[in-house]
Amino acid sequence: MAGPGSNHAPGPGSWRGILVPLLLPTWAMIGIFLLLPVLLMAVYSFLTKEFRGGVEWEFSLAAYDQFFLNRGLFGDEPPTLEWTYITVFARSIAQAAGATALCLLIGFPTAWFIATRPASSRGIWLFLITVPYWVNLLIRTVSLRFLIRENGPLNDALMGVGLISEPLQIINTNMAVQLGLFYSYLPFMVLPIYAAVERYSFAYSEAAADLYANRWVTLREIVLPIVRPGIVAGCILVFIPSLGAFLAPNLLGGAKNFMIGSLIEEQFKKSLGNWPFGAAVSMILMTLVLIVLFVQARAATRQEVR
Amino acid sequence: MTDAVEIRNAVKRYGNVTALHGVSLTIRDNEFFTLLGPSGCGKTTLLRMIAGFEDVTEGEIRLFGQNIANLEPNHRPVNTVFQHYALFPHMSVIDNVAFGLKMQKVAQDARRKRAAEMLEMVHLSAFADRLPAQLSGGQQQRVALARALAPSPKVLLLDEPLSALDLKLRQAMRVELKQLQEDTGITFIFVTHDQEEALTMSDRIAVMSAGHVQQIGTAQEIYEAPVNRFVADFIGETNLLPVEVLSVRDGRAEVTLPGGHRLQVAAAGQGIGKHHLSIRPERMALTEAGDLQAVVDRVVYLGTDRQVIARLEDGTPLHLRLQNSDRVAVPAPGKRVGLAVEAGAARLLAD
Repeated sequence: MAGPGSNHAPGPGSWRGILVPLLLPTWAMIGIFLLLPVLLMAVYSFLTKEFRGGVEWEFSLAAYDQFFLNRGLFGDEPPTLEWTYITVFARSIAQAAGATALCLLIGFPTAWFIATRPASSRGIWLFLITVPYWVNLLIRTVSLRFLIRENGPLNDALMGVGLISEPLQIINTNMAVQLGLFYSYLPFMVLPIYAAVERYSFAYSEAAADLYANRWVTLREIVLPIVRPGIVAGCILVFIPSLGAFLAPNLLGGAKNFMIGSLIEEQFKKSLGNWPFGAAVSMILMTLVLIVLFVQARAATRQEVR
Repeated sequence: MTDAVEIRNAVKRYGNVTALHGVSLTIRDNEFFTLLGPSGCGKTTLLRMIAGFEDVTEGEIRLFGQNIANLEPNHRPVNTVFQHYALFPHMSVIDNVAFGLKMQKVAQDARRKRAAEMLEMVHLSAFADRLPAQLSGGQQQRVALARALAPSPKVLLLDEPLSALDLKLRQAMRVELKQLQEDTGITFIFVTHDQEEALTMSDRIAVMSAGHVQQIGTAQEIYEAPVNRFVADFIGETNLLPVEVLSVRDGRAEVTLPGGHRLQVAAAGQGIGKHHLSIRPERMALTEAGDLQAVVDRVVYLGTDRQVIARLEDGTPLHLRLQNSDRVAVPAPGKRVGLAVEAGAARLLAD
C-alpha cells in the first residue's frame, strides 16, 4: 500500500536513461521464458490436433469441447456436461487441499520451533529443513514409494513391533499422494511461516497473558492473526504446485488417483497424446490458480485497508 | 490495611547469574511506587516477576495478602503498560482497550462502554477505530495505559513507559500519570532509570543496584539522606569526598577532608576510619570565611543557576550551584573563597 509520501520514482528523465538498459535483460528473460511459453500454450489450445502428437495450424475449439462436453461415443448425441475431467480437477483440488492442510499442521509447529530457538542455532535448523532438497524430487518420491509399499520397511517395522498384523495399504491411496505432496512441499510452508514468526514480538503474547488470555486464546486471537500473512503465503506456495503435481500422484497414487498434472503429462508424452487438449487443460488450471490468487490478494488488501 | 504488594526475599537466578539477591519490599495500597536504578539493576526483572512473566527462584510475592508467586500471569489481577506498548497491531484502538474485559467475559455492550470511557479518560475518543500503527508514539502510550486500566487492576505495572517519548511529551505525561494514579486510586508500580521521573511522580522510591534494593524512601529522603555512596551518586549531582573520621561524640563526627580541612558532620553510625562524605552542590554557599578554603577554578553559566568548580588545597574539585540572582556575587576564576556548608547538608555514607 503506497501511501502518500512513500517512495515514488525520484526524478524524470535523468533516471530513465539508465533504467531502461538496466531492466532490459530482466524484461527479455520474463518475455522469452515466462510470457512466450504461456502465450504459445494459449494458442495451441485453440488449434487442431495432429494424430502423432503436435498440432495443425487450424483454429478449433475441440480441446475445450472435449473437456466440458459429452457428445456420446460417436460424437452425434446432444451435448451434456462432461464429468470425467471435472472429476479429475475436483480430486486434484481435494488432494492439494489435503496436502496443504497436512503441511500446515506439521509446518506451523516446525516453523514455530525453529523461530523460537536461539538466533545462533536457527540457521542449522533451517539448513536441515532444506537438506532433502539437495536430492532430486523423482528419486525422493521413488524412495518414498519403496518405503511405504506393502512389504516395505514401514509395514515391516509396524508388524515387527506388533502394532498391526497385516500390511497397511498405503501405496496407491489418496493418503499416499498427500504424503508425497507433503514431503515434496513442506519447506514451502515452513519457510514463510518461519519468517513471520521470527518477526513476531513475544511482547504481544505477554500483553495478552497480562490481559487474562490463556495460551489457547492467545494463539487464536493474537498469534495467528499477526502471523497470518506467512501462513497464507505458505498455503499458496504448497497448494498451487500440489494442484499441478504429477510425480507424486503418478508414482504413489496409482491409476485410480489420477490428478491434473498426470492428465496434462499424458497428452504430451505419448504418440497418442493430444497437444491442444493438454494445452487447454493447462489453461483451465492456470485460470483456476489465478482466481485463487486474485481472491487471496483481494482479501489481503481488504485486511490492510481495515 | 493490607499492603498492595509484599515481596519477601525474592531471588531470581538465570543459571549461575543472580539477577536479584533476596529483595524484600512492601508497596502500600494506593501508592505511586517507583523502582529506580541503572540498566541491569534488576528493576525490570522484579516488575516482570510481579506480573508473572518471570518465575520466582526463591521467595514470596504477596498481592493483598495472597501469595501469587506461582500463579500464571493471566490469573493475576495486575495489568502492565509495556515499554514498547505491545498494542495488538491487528486490532483497532477500542478493541485493544476492550481486550482484557473480553477475556474476563464482560458482555459486549458493557465492555464497549467501559473501553469508550477509558479512551475518553486518555483523550483519545476520536481515535477509537484507528489501528495502533496510525497513532503517534504519545497516543499509543495512552492507548496502552487505557488498555491496562480498563479491567480495573488491583495494581498497575509500568515498565519504563515514557522512555520512547520525546522530552516535552515525557514531562507532560509525568503530570498526567500522577494525576491518573490519584484519580483512579490504583497502586502504580513504575520502573524507570530516569531519576527525575522518579522524583517528580513517586510517593516512594526503591533505589536498586546490582540486584539489591539500596534504599527505600520518599523522593526527599532519598535525595537528602542517601544511605550509601551508590544512592548519593545515582540520585542528582553530588560531591563525594573521601574523608577520615577522627572522633565521634554525641552523634557528631569530626572528619578530615582531602587537603586537611576539618569539618563537623552528623554521624550516621559510622566509626572512626575512612568513609565518604556527600555534599550537594546547591547546599554550599560562598562566604568570606567559611568552613573550607578553596580557589575558584571555573564558572559555567547554566541558565537558572551557575556551576562553580572550586578546588581544595590538594586540588580536589568541589562543585557548587549558585542561583542566578542580583544578590549573589559571581566569583572570578582564580579567586580564593570560603565555602559554607549548610548544617545537615554534609552526609557521611556507608560504602
